[in-house]
Amino acid sequence: MSRTKKIDSNKERKKLLVFWKSIRLPILAFLTAFLAGAILIIFTDLSIYALFNTAVNHLTVGRGILAIIGIATIPASFWIGNLNFIQGFLKKNVLNIWSISIRGTIVVFGVILAIFLLNLAGFSAVLSTALEISYTAYHSLFAGSIGNFSEIVDAFQSGNIDQITEAINPLSESLVAATPYIFGALSVAIALRCGIFNIGTEGQLYIGALASTIVGIYLKGLPAFVHIFLALLAGGLAGAFWAGIPAILKTRFGSNEVINTIMLNYVAFKFVEFMLIGPIHRPDQPEPFSAYILPSAELPRFLPYPNRFHLGFFIAIGLAVFMYWFLFKTPTGLEIRLVGKNPNAAKYAGINIKNKYILAFLISGAMAGLAGANEILGVNHYLSGTISPGYGFESISLSILGNNHPIGVIFTSLMFGFLRNGSTRMQNIARVPIEIITIMQALIISFIAAPTIIQKLFRLKDDDKERIVVTRGWGK
Amino acid sequence: MNKIFKNTHTSKDLIFIAERKRYRTIGIVITLLGILSALLFTPGAESGQVSTFVLNSPGLVEAQVADLVLPTFASIMVLSVLAAFLGIYQLVRSFGKRSNMVLGLVLLLFVFSFMIWATKDKSINLTGMLRLSVVQAIPLIFGALSGILSERAGVVNIAIEGLMLIAAMVGVIVSSATGNIHLGLLAALLASGLTALLHATLCIRYKVDQIISGMVINIFATGITSYVGIKFLIEFPNLNLSGLYPNFAIPTLSGLPILGPIFFNQNIFFYLAFILLVVIHLALFYTPWGLRTRMVGEHPRAADTLGINVTRKRYVAVVLSGIAAGLGGAYLTLGAVGRFNRLMTAGRGYIGLAAMIFGNWNPFGALGASLIFGFASSLESKISILQAPIPSQILGMAPYLATIIILVGVIGKVTAPAADGQPYESEG
Repeated sequence: MSRTKKIDSNKERKKLLVFWKSIRLPILAFLTAFLAGAILIIFTDLSIYALFNTAVNHLTVGRGILAIIGIATIPASFWIGNLNFIQGFLKKNVLNIWSISIRGTIVVFGVILAIFLLNLAGFSAVLSTALEISYTAYHSLFAGSIGNFSEIVDAFQSGNIDQITEAINPLSESLVAATPYIFGALSVAIALRCGIFNIGTEGQLYIGALASTIVGIYLKGLPAFVHIFLALLAGGLAGAFWAGIPAILKTRFGSNEVINTIMLNYVAFKFVEFMLIGPIHRPDQPEPFSAYILPSAELPRFLPYPNRFHLGFFIAIGLAVFMYWFLFKTPTGLEIRLVGKNPNAAKYAGINIKNKYILAFLISGAMAGLAGANEILGVNHYLSGTISPGYGFESISLSILGNNHPIGVIFTSLMFGFLRNGSTRMQNIARVPIEIITIMQALIISFIAAPTIIQKLFRLKDDDKERIVVTRGWGK
Repeated sequence: MNKIFKNTHTSKDLIFIAERKRYRTIGIVITLLGILSALLFTPGAESGQVSTFVLNSPGLVEAQVADLVLPTFASIMVLSVLAAFLGIYQLVRSFGKRSNMVLGLVLLLFVFSFMIWATKDKSINLTGMLRLSVVQAIPLIFGALSGILSERAGVVNIAIEGLMLIAAMVGVIVSSATGNIHLGLLAALLASGLTALLHATLCIRYKVDQIISGMVINIFATGITSYVGIKFLIEFPNLNLSGLYPNFAIPTLSGLPILGPIFFNQNIFFYLAFILLVVIHLALFYTPWGLRTRMVGEHPRAADTLGINVTRKRYVAVVLSGIAAGLGGAYLTLGAVGRFNRLMTAGRGYIGLAAMIFGNWNPFGALGASLIFGFASSLESKISILQAPIPSQILGMAPYLATIIILVGVIGKVTAPAADGQPYESEG
């Protein structure tokens, strides 16, 4: 009895360890990217350079030596941390009690010492301003994405619906921003699970948005829930249709889906542009916008007017859960994952690979189409050429970051929704362009795709050899 | 034994059958194009209407050439009948190995009859349009060459777009800051070369999936150029004001009518593109270096066995590829616009990639493809000026659709280098 219990607890611990290892890399990648972002923010701020100049002008010989020693401390601490006898000595006498990273500790002490020395040398203004700049930037980022916590508490205590709406507006806006990411990342994730790289999410998104706009405008006199359902369905089907083209081309003619989806993206953009200028152009508008969809097709919102939180978020979460069930609990899902892991083995197991490719592509396209439909029906209410600031492309990184797991994808998408939403405030207050998010995103994907970098940086054991392999070249 | 193989085809037979099927498809396509051009473009044309093509280029060449005036209905009919005849000949007798050439010719006829139809009762400057096509093709040529260099060595490069963006921005900033445009060009090439080195490191050293790595570079380039653009170029407009490389007219040749303004009165990037094209072609196919590089892209293990340093060959090829892409990016700012706009490459890197595939990973094939794409985009802009009853967006889809069709293999199979996209791990 007690024995089985022990095994159980061991199993639990092992499970926890595996879980920890699977999320360790993304978390470290995020932190590193934030650090790099802070460095970029500091180094592109001109006031730092002015302060640096004045500090240099006030240098004396003694202060100069102090500054040089201070700067040298950081590389020196890396070097000392690597020395064997120091590691051995510390391990034996001090640190084995606390079981923390030796090298990390030494480097942290080195950095603290360096800051101290530079302060003595007269660079205190530079350092404090640098700290202040990065703090202002990230603080406004989080305030913009989550809101003021005490304000939220006050609002809920007062019980006034308007006050509550205002207090949680940043939070709900973040959820609104995250919704298309969830759809898009699900789209990329299922394709990648099947071994297909769908860069065409962006194009499929626009085609889906176009279809649901048309249904939203021209199908009149329907009850709201039928109309919404039909508009969503149209978006999903149109996206699936657009993804069906590369699927057929891949299975029937063996042409590579990466280049085909890139090309189809541009065809989709041109087609939407054509539709916006011609057939569905709103007459009184000089800009290429479509007319507004009918109110009966709008996804319901839950809070009073300025708040835009809508049903799409719950649809996205529901679909993610459904996708989890489909991929991991059904035979078809197993087959899809098997095809993705090893097409040859799947073939010998008697799985019809081509059908699985087509199925995965269609589902992927449907998700992308729903992302577009969600933006039209839930947020914008009309189609324009700029409804997506690259949701499709960014979804690729979110999917990879979430290990192509439908539940993981929810979290990474939420994270990016928060970042995107907060970055607007960051741009207004801290004067840091929104694009810093894009740069951080590039860093995060490269850290995830090349785990060696993070592993070397943080001295992790190289235990997960698995790499992301999406495709190998154009041929075959 | 004979009994077993009686009803099977040898592989040679199979290829022959496939070829015959392909020729028949081409024949059908050609005939359809002929019929289509007659059906689409003749209705509504009256007997008196003419289409005027201006061949002079005022300001560039002194010599006067008479305008080309064509009767609309008759010319379209003649072209359509010619196309239909070629198609029927292809179906009955087949042009054999020359089928693709004939298909190209018929497509040209089709486009020409389209242009005659679009300029009905109007006039269009044909020389100006061809010049614009060639100009539009320049960044595509650089992009395609960039792709060829790296993919021939076995590294997929979808980062061309990002490399171009970075080069475009660095070129403008450095040449505005120093006031020296050559320095700007050098800095641009250096920047794109270094970024390509990053791509190479991710792909070769860290064995990141090459498409993911290319995508990372693209995202990073988009982010960093927009970031710097918003943070500095708006605040300091002087940093975004580089000069332009002036046009360089080749003596005597530039005085030729029609040809002169198209080929012999362009800026340095145009000539550089053609020189680079020839150099890369010669280097890849006629030097030991090229043979080794191609071998690394086709069969790295064999190359390794022969003592070729696969890793180094790939690094060199990718960095060179970055420099080629950088020329394309620098052209956009230092050669064409004179300032940096956000996301100004507008997908040219990807079209360059398409041109590379279109041209079957060969420099001259890529040149042809780039010129076709350049022509398509100049046609797109001219057609929207002429207000022809066809939306320019539909025309704008043409290069992308053409690439997809090419990849399907109706017009002929393109083959990527065999080891393209596969990281190499030495067994030593």
